[in-house]
Parts: sequence; C-alpha cells; structure tokens
Amino acid sequence: MTSVASSAKDQAAETQHGPSFLWRNRFQIAIIGMLVVLYAIFLIGDWRTYTSFDIYRSFMISIPFFGIMALAATYVVTLGEIDLSFPSIYGLAGWVFSSVYVATASFPLAFLLCLMVGVVGGLINGLLVTKIGIPSIVATIGTMFLWRGLVNVLTQGQGIPIAQITNDPWHALFVGQIPLGGPVVIPAQFLWFLAAAIFFGVFFKRHRFGGHVLFVGDDEQSARMMGIHVDRVKIACFVILGVSAAFSSVFLLNQMLFFWATTGDGYLLTTLAAVFIGGTSVFGGKGTMIGTFVGVLIIASLEPGIIAIGLSGFWTQFVYGLLITISVAIYALMLKRG
Amino acid sequence: MSDAEPLLVLRNIRKSFGRIEVLKGIDLTIGKGEIVALVGDNGAGKSTLIKVITGVHKPSAGEIVFKGEPITLKNVQASRLLGIETVYQERALADQQELWRNIFAGRELTRFLGFLDVKAQKRETGRLMRSGMGLTSRAITVDSEVKGLSGGEKQSVAIGRALYFDADLIILDEPTMGLSLKETERVLAFVRSIREQGKSAIFIDHNIFHVHDTADRFVILDRGRVVGQFHRSELTHQQLVDMMIELHEAGQVAR
Ligand SMILES: Nc1ncnc2c1ncn2[C@@H]1O[C@H](COP(=O)(O)OP(=O)(O)O)[C@@H](O)[C@H]1O
Ligand SMILES: [Mg+2]
Repeated sequence: MTSVASSAKDQAAETQHGPSFLWRNRFQIAIIGMLVVLYAIFLIGDWRTYTSFDIYRSFMISIPFFGIMALAATYVVTLGEIDLSFPSIYGLAGWVFSSVYVATASFPLAFLLCLMVGVVGGLINGLLVTKIGIPSIVATIGTMFLWRGLVNVLTQGQGIPIAQITNDPWHALFVGQIPLGGPVVIPAQFLWFLAAAIFFGVFFKRHRFGGHVLFVGDDEQSARMMGIHVDRVKIACFVILGVSAAFSSVFLLNQMLFFWATTGDGYLLTTLAAVFIGGTSVFGGKGTMIGTFVGVLIIASLEPGIIAIGLSGFWTQFVYGLLITISVAIYALMLKRG
Repeated sequence: MSDAEPLLVLRNIRKSFGRIEVLKGIDLTIGKGEIVALVGDNGAGKSTLIKVITGVHKPSAGEIVFKGEPITLKNVQASRLLGIETVYQERALADQQELWRNIFAGRELTRFLGFLDVKAQKRETGRLMRSGMGLTSRAITVDSEVKGLSGGEKQSVAIGRALYFDADLIILDEPTMGLSLKETERVLAFVRSIREQGKSAIFIDHNIFHVHDTADRFVILDRGRVVGQFHRSELTHQQLVDMMIELHEAGQVAR
C-alpha cells in the first residue's frame, strides 16, 4: 500500500479536532432547551400544580399510551418513510386483546394474539412498501382505513367492557401503581416506557440494526451497494412500529378497562408530532431517540399546561401548531448550516 | 490455486433491464496481480458489468468463475466475502453519517448480539485515515460526516474502505472523476500499488492517459460487447486514443 501521508502529517492527525460535542448534539440540546423553557412558563403560570406530584403522576399514566409508538416511529421516519396506519393497528390489536380476554379469561393468550396483530400489520405495510413498491404514505393510508374499517365491521361500533381484568395478576404488571413513599406513586406503564426508551435508544445508535436504519434512510442506493439488506431493514422497522402499537393498546385497555371502536384514533398526529419536534428528519438518515423522548414529554404536558396557565382548551391545537412549526423551522435552519 | 490460473473468468455474461439488453455476452478474464482497464463510451455497460461481478445485479445469463470455482452471487455480501471489493462510481457513501459508520457499513465490527464495537470502528477508521487514505486534514475526524468532505476526500474514504478489507480483486469505477490533479495522482498511485501487493484490479476511467499509464491490459467495451483487448505493450498512447475515436465515429474497431 502506498502511504502518501508523511510522518509529520501523522503527528498533526493526532491532535486534530473534529465537530465539537455541542455541535454534534445540537438537535438534542435544542429540544431539551425547549422543554426547559416550556416548564419555566408552566411553573410561572401555575406554581401550585406544577410543584405537586399529582400532575406528574397523570403524565406518567398517559404518556406510554402513545410514547412507545413515538420511539418506534423514529425508526420508520429515520428511514425516510412514514406510517399512518399504526393507530388502526392499535385499534385492531386492542379489539383482539379485549375479545380474546373476554372469551378465554387468559391474559397471556390475549396479549400474544394482540402482538401478533401488530406483527402482521407491520409486515403487510413493509411488504407493500418494499416488494410491491408503493410509497409508504400511500400504502399506509390504505392499511389505515383497512384496519379501522375491519374494527368497525367486527364491532358494529360496539365497545367491549373488560373491568374484570383488574383481578388478573398480569394486570398489575402492566398498569400497577408502585408506591415509593409519601405521595410518590409510579405507574408501572411508565417504567415500561422508560425501558422501551433505553432499549430503542441503544438499538438505534449502538447496534448494527440501527446503523443500517440510518444508512438506508440516508442513501438507499449506497446501502444496497454496501450489501445492507435494504428491504429487510425497512420491513423490520414497520413491524417494530406495528408491535409497539399493539403493545401500547394493552396499556390503554388495562387503564381504561373499556375498548372503543375508535381506540387509538387520536394518536396519529400526537405521535408523529413528538417525533418531528424531537428533531428526526423527514428526509431520513438523521434521527434522535433522546429527541423523540423529550418530544413525547413536551406533547404530553402541553394540554394540561395550557389549561394550567389559564388558557382554555381551545388553545391546545394552536400551541401544538406553534411549537411544531417553530421547532421544525429551527431544525431546518440547523441542517442548512451544517 | 496456481499462479497461472486466472482470478476471475466471465463467460458469455448477459444482462437485460426489462427489454433492453445492456450486456450482450461478455467474455473477460482477469489474471492474478493484473490490472485490467475497461474503456468505452458512456452507456457502454461498464458499470453494469462490474455490478454483475459484485452481486448488485444478477446476470440474465452466463457464468462467473472466481479462483477456479463457478459462483452465483446472491448479493453484495457474497462477493465481499469472496474477496471482491468495489469503489463504485456513485461512491456508495451516506452523506449524513460519520466516517466510522461509512467505513464499516454493511459489515460492522460487533461485540456480541450485533452490538457495535464503536471504539474499535473509530480506532480502525482513524488508523486507516492516516495511513491508507492520507486524510490528514485537521478538520476531519472519524466523527466527521461525509457531507463536508471534498470530492477527493470522499473518494479517499471509498478507496480506504475497499482497502481495509484486504480483498483479492479491487474494482474501481471512474475513481478519478471530478478530482483535482493532485488527488488524481494519489488515486492512480493507489491503483498501481494494488499490483505490487499481488492483487488484481478492474479499473474504469475515461482518461486514456490514466488508463495507459496504469493498466496492464485494456478491454474495450462498446454497447454491451467486448470489441477489443490489448496488452499495454501492443499499443502506444496515441494508438489507443485513435482507436477510441475510430470506435466513436465508425462504431467498430479493426483488430
Ligand atoms: N438499473 C438500471 N435499469 C435500467 N437501465 C440501466 C440500469 N443501469 C444501467 N442501465 C442502462 O444500461 C446502459 C449501460 O449503463 P452503464 O453500465 O452505467 O454504462 P457505463 O458505466 O459504461 O457508462 C445505459 O444505457 C443505462 O441507461
Ligand atoms: Mg459508469
């Protein structure tokens, strides 16, 4: 091998300095800054509420209903793809969970079949996108209507009460309340959410799979030439999101003790908003799990926060819109410069 | 394998995209320690031919024999495992990813269960940057994204990557395209060094002078066919240039 580098140059390379820590993590820093500012406003607006534990407990109860999906959706968005069907998979999986539980009284069986719905739903999305070649936004509009429509047909619009599930020992594993002394009670689902965040985060940045997701999202042709199984990676991401949606529905149903034909419907935009506020690029190739995590916290605390500072609930969407627009504008400017 | 045995033999390779036949029966032999240049106009099928050799495209017909064994390449992974490395015309880098991810894309260094050995990947990338790639600019580190690099620096990364995995056959598709004179010199020196290591190369370049200075043998491709093969000793620069012009104008060469 011809080494063109002289030894003097080798010396220089030892002391080279690349992009700084701050610069490399500018997206994460931006969103954490946003969270801090937001909480400063909430604290000033309503000191009493925001210094008591109750509001945080209610956050911890409801965040996992969509937060785990936001983490999983980060993979799909990083691919440069999108999924609009996960709320419908949530609904169908939730229906399967509820009906199987009512029919058999077996939590594990209901849970397993529910997850299977997530796997199959994700698999179908992945196959439509990779093997048939339908752009994901179109393919998942199709499956979004398909699965929600199936729920409507199956339920005829009727709900399923599952109050008896509170006596099941598995129930506490998912939504039990863990007392830590005094008023501090941690809902089990929040621990699941934290575990999911760590798991998804590590897989994203420290595992071969996450590396492939980033590479495929960045440049699909290059990924193919480097021998990355592009289709397999994409299908896996859709499956991960499908399974996460199914998994999340189990938390919701155990908390609410009732299945509605519309279960999951409201989570489409909040989930995707959390991903985009977090700084994951729609163009693919760049994503951050920390960003999504904080994005979830922001989205979840916005609505109660708006009420707490004395605005009416009618402001919620307006403030969502403001925050999303400002944050994505900041990220776009950062990308232009970097 | 004996030294006389060729490293790679292609027999009657055909490749169609839909109804268009891009390769119309290619026969090609690459010897051990030999640098073979593929020359021909844009659209002649050079890139397609090398993508057949690397497993990006499946040939529609024909046989590939590597180190004496007939092979079918299911994918790029397969050709890499056999010892074929490629610097693609498109460079095959991901712009927003760090150098340490780009070098090891598709065959990461892992510790257990597929978890990345990030430290090792960074260390190896740094070593490679200083020795093989000659990337010594202070502004570039293993954590730099490809996006900010110059054309020559990007090419260095692509070449460094091909070098790292110690292949028997290195394929370079228009590696000097868009490079400065100095950067071009570096790339050509690298190609020549392949022979010194006893390895083989397939080298594609539009510049006849680069080709004539670097390769042992020239294979002329025209519209999916091999229309001429010459040893370096058989032709001067000028004869090769004349032949290319003749081919361009008349659509054929007199052997
Ligand atoms: N993936 C593809 N699908 C369809 N046609 C292709 C594809 N790749 C190459 N071609 C066509 O094959 C011909 C040869 O292309 P290529 O091998 O890139 O030529 P060269 O590298 O010699 O310039 C061109 O006409 C090109 O348009
Ligand atoms: Mg080409």
